[in-house]
Amino acid sequence: MNALKKLFGGNTRQFGMIFALVALIVFFEIFTEGRTLTSGNVINLFNGNSYILILAIGMVLVIIAGHIDLSVGSVAAFVGVCVSLFIRDWGLPWYIGVLMGLGLGVLIGAWQGFWVAYVGIPAFIVTLSGMLIFRGANQFVGKSNTIPVPADFQYIGSGYLAEFGPKTGYNNPTMLIGLLAVAFVIFSEIRSRRNAKKLGAEVPEAWVMVLKLVLVCGAILYATYLFATGRPGTSFPVPGLILAVLIIVYGFISSKTVIGRHIYAVGGNRHAAELSGVQSKKVNFLVMMNMSFLAGLAGMIFVGRSTASGPFDGVGWELDAIAAVFIGGAAVTGGVGTVIGSIIGGLVMAVLNNGLQLLGVGADLTQIIKGLVLLIAVAFDVYNKTQGKKSIVGMLMKNFGRSSEIKADETTQTKEVISRGI
Amino acid sequence: MTSLNTHSDPLILEMRSITKEFPGVKALADVSLRVKAGEIHAICGENGAGKSTLMKVLSGVYPYGTYTGDIVYQNEVQEFKDIRASEHAGIVIIHQELALIPELSIMENIFLGNEPTKRGVINWAEARTRSTELLARVGLREDPDTPIKEIGVGKQQLVEIAKALNKSVKLLILDEPTAALNESDSQHLLDLMLGLKGRGITSIIISHKLNEIEQIADEITIIRDGKSIETLNVKADGVDEDRIIKGMVGRTLESRFPDHEPKIGEVLFEVKNWNVGHPQIQDRLVCKNSNFFVRRGEIVGFAGLMGAGRTELARSVFGRSYGRFISGHVYKDGKELQLRSVRQAIDAGLGYVTEDRKSLGLNLLDDIKATTVSANLRKISKNFVVDANKEYAVAEEYRKSLRTKTPSVEEGVAKLSGGNQQKVVLAKWMFTDPDVLILDEPTRGIDVGAKYEIYGIIQKLANEGKAVIVISSELPELLGLSDRIYTIFEGAITGVLNKDEASQESLMKLMTSARKTA
Repeated sequence: MNALKKLFGGNTRQFGMIFALVALIVFFEIFTEGRTLTSGNVINLFNGNSYILILAIGMVLVIIAGHIDLSVGSVAAFVGVCVSLFIRDWGLPWYIGVLMGLGLGVLIGAWQGFWVAYVGIPAFIVTLSGMLIFRGANQFVGKSNTIPVPADFQYIGSGYLAEFGPKTGYNNPTMLIGLLAVAFVIFSEIRSRRNAKKLGAEVPEAWVMVLKLVLVCGAILYATYLFATGRPGTSFPVPGLILAVLIIVYGFISSKTVIGRHIYAVGGNRHAAELSGVQSKKVNFLVMMNMSFLAGLAGMIFVGRSTASGPFDGVGWELDAIAAVFIGGAAVTGGVGTVIGSIIGGLVMAVLNNGLQLLGVGADLTQIIKGLVLLIAVAFDVYNKTQGKKSIVGMLMKNFGRSSEIKADETTQTKEVISRGI
Repeated sequence: MTSLNTHSDPLILEMRSITKEFPGVKALADVSLRVKAGEIHAICGENGAGKSTLMKVLSGVYPYGTYTGDIVYQNEVQEFKDIRASEHAGIVIIHQELALIPELSIMENIFLGNEPTKRGVINWAEARTRSTELLARVGLREDPDTPIKEIGVGKQQLVEIAKALNKSVKLLILDEPTAALNESDSQHLLDLMLGLKGRGITSIIISHKLNEIEQIADEITIIRDGKSIETLNVKADGVDEDRIIKGMVGRTLESRFPDHEPKIGEVLFEVKNWNVGHPQIQDRLVCKNSNFFVRRGEIVGFAGLMGAGRTELARSVFGRSYGRFISGHVYKDGKELQLRSVRQAIDAGLGYVTEDRKSLGLNLLDDIKATTVSANLRKISKNFVVDANKEYAVAEEYRKSLRTKTPSVEEGVAKLSGGNQQKVVLAKWMFTDPDVLILDEPTRGIDVGAKYEIYGIIQKLANEGKAVIVISSELPELLGLSDRIYTIFEGAITGVLNKDEASQESLMKLMTSARKTA
């Protein structure tokens, strides 16, 4: 039990989510009789959910800072239609269109960030207004029509990596990415262990690290195998690659950089952050701007995948992204959450969607199930915190062995934290 | 201890060797309290002595099982699970911060959570009759329909007591009931307590106003450093204020402070003609033409009553983080500074440790190491990337040098005791390496042992040649720590006294009058 905890760095929440995700995959793999873990289905899953996961990356930062963004679906749709028109009517090449789309996202984000950060209007209101404005703008600009995009633009939404090198029977670029990922994971784990040792911090036993590496690398290699053995011409999908780059970049920004620290600080206690010299207005502005930037990107990927922009693109995306973030362990009141957690939360939802679809469950029941999963995941989190942050494993073992007494002051103190934290 | 029924006056309450621990602090150690039925019993002690903790144990805020020892109430050992359970037994506590809802009426507040109902519907007619009765008993002449927000604090206090009477209270606990009241409201409240005593209601009062206690209490239990020191019978023992103080303090003033030989240099920091307006109310000044200076290596105290404008002055100087700046100049080493934001103030070598640790000083979600570096991330970052190794090393260094009690620097700050939290906050500001450090109530809510250590840290900072400003409500603390003390009254600096000419009396005089010294 302790070893398991060490395996996941004591982060029981993250462990819980990974555990749930793996359990879900195994469950569906069994009940769909092996139709879940096929190359085609996994590639499909990534293609069909990458834009929601991209939104979740931006959304978790917004939520950590203590805000919310309801406009992302509309912003995505508006950027999508504008880019489609740039390319079709103005005859711009696709890459200029993409750049202009990103720029447009930044402009919209600056608009919303201005109201939130410098005027002080709650983000809920600003983005509710943005949801209406940009949905309307999408339909106004596109005259509520479907606007097709050329094939080279579709590459960012549904493209595959070009094959190269010797004929191995696998897709070479996918294999290369998988091997690089494995090498990177091993390298960084060893380096962080060495650093921790040098500082005299407590490090887990060597076998824990080895086991962790074996599990993680095994998972990566298995995924690589799935992606590399699809029907000829397919590979790890381009939107998946974009997503992977964003996860790495934003994961790094949120956990390792000064601005990342400032986002958590503003969300955790704005006044304390300001009295420590953090410019909270700037942080809020950047976070809101970044969200619309990513929404624009997600909108373009979606247009690329569906080969055309339409008046109802992105309806309900904000809710999917927000759900992913909360399943991933973020707190409504801000200050808590991780990029990787949100991605896992988003994947839980995606796998659930996909698996239920494969089982032939209707959209009605699927929604009910997804709703319950969201509720249970967050309820579980709240429960865990009121119980003095016990691990899942600890809870499973509750009735075995020594009874675990909760110290009273611990509960009163965690209550204090929770009243702010959840 | 078989004295339960042998006394002439029966006991309504006996708390036997109560011990209550928080992580790192023993808040109560073997405390005993014996309250006779029908008396007014006072509990006296310094801030942080454990009075409120004891009352929280009694009223079930800290439920049975979280402390050791027995509560014997009406001859039975009680095991209160929560406040409801203790209220059910007739024990009602009225906290310093009143638990009334401003938008609701007096009547609605009195019956909140205890509404008289008839088949599930609130019977307002009965509520009105009963609240009129209750208001008469507490001597409050107000329409029961008046919203709470429209009556003053003194009257609100009476509503709280009416609410308690409605719950057929047998033991009424009042925590600092007169702290926010003026003279005549206080007197009314004290008279009311005597009246309740006449009706057989036992009261426990916690108060810092010793003259009031002397006036109404029958017995006084003194608590010091989490231990019950003695119980005095006011009439039999001929107790006066000096006698109470002797019990509360229990040691000479000097021993509360580490030895310190000040090394004072030239003027380092100076504020001139400082005027700041209230953030919301137009035309109201929170700082009126204030002038002060601090020398290198000097500890300067700021004394003033609550709301006098001490914090406002400090925060407005610290990067205009409070109020509307109107005019004034700040100099460091003779050069004028432009401090328009907190960032600029920190960069210019200022630090400000807030009085409100939990809501303004700490992100309670953070761990110790992240908090320690949070005001000076730049120092441990390269190209905007935080070096986690340096972060750990810095936090570890301060943990050792300030002797913060924690399993590791990766512990969440929410889990630390007040004294250790304050050490983390001090570490955070020491890491910004300020030349001028402003400490606002640096020992609020901290136990005596940790206070001594914090004083040592403050003196060490001064010895390093920093200019230190200490704002405190506790005059003994200012007298023991400061080399010079400014007094503030209604936003204006009314005087400055050197260590050797300052006393509680002389400071109090300046803190309560607008007299301007030359």
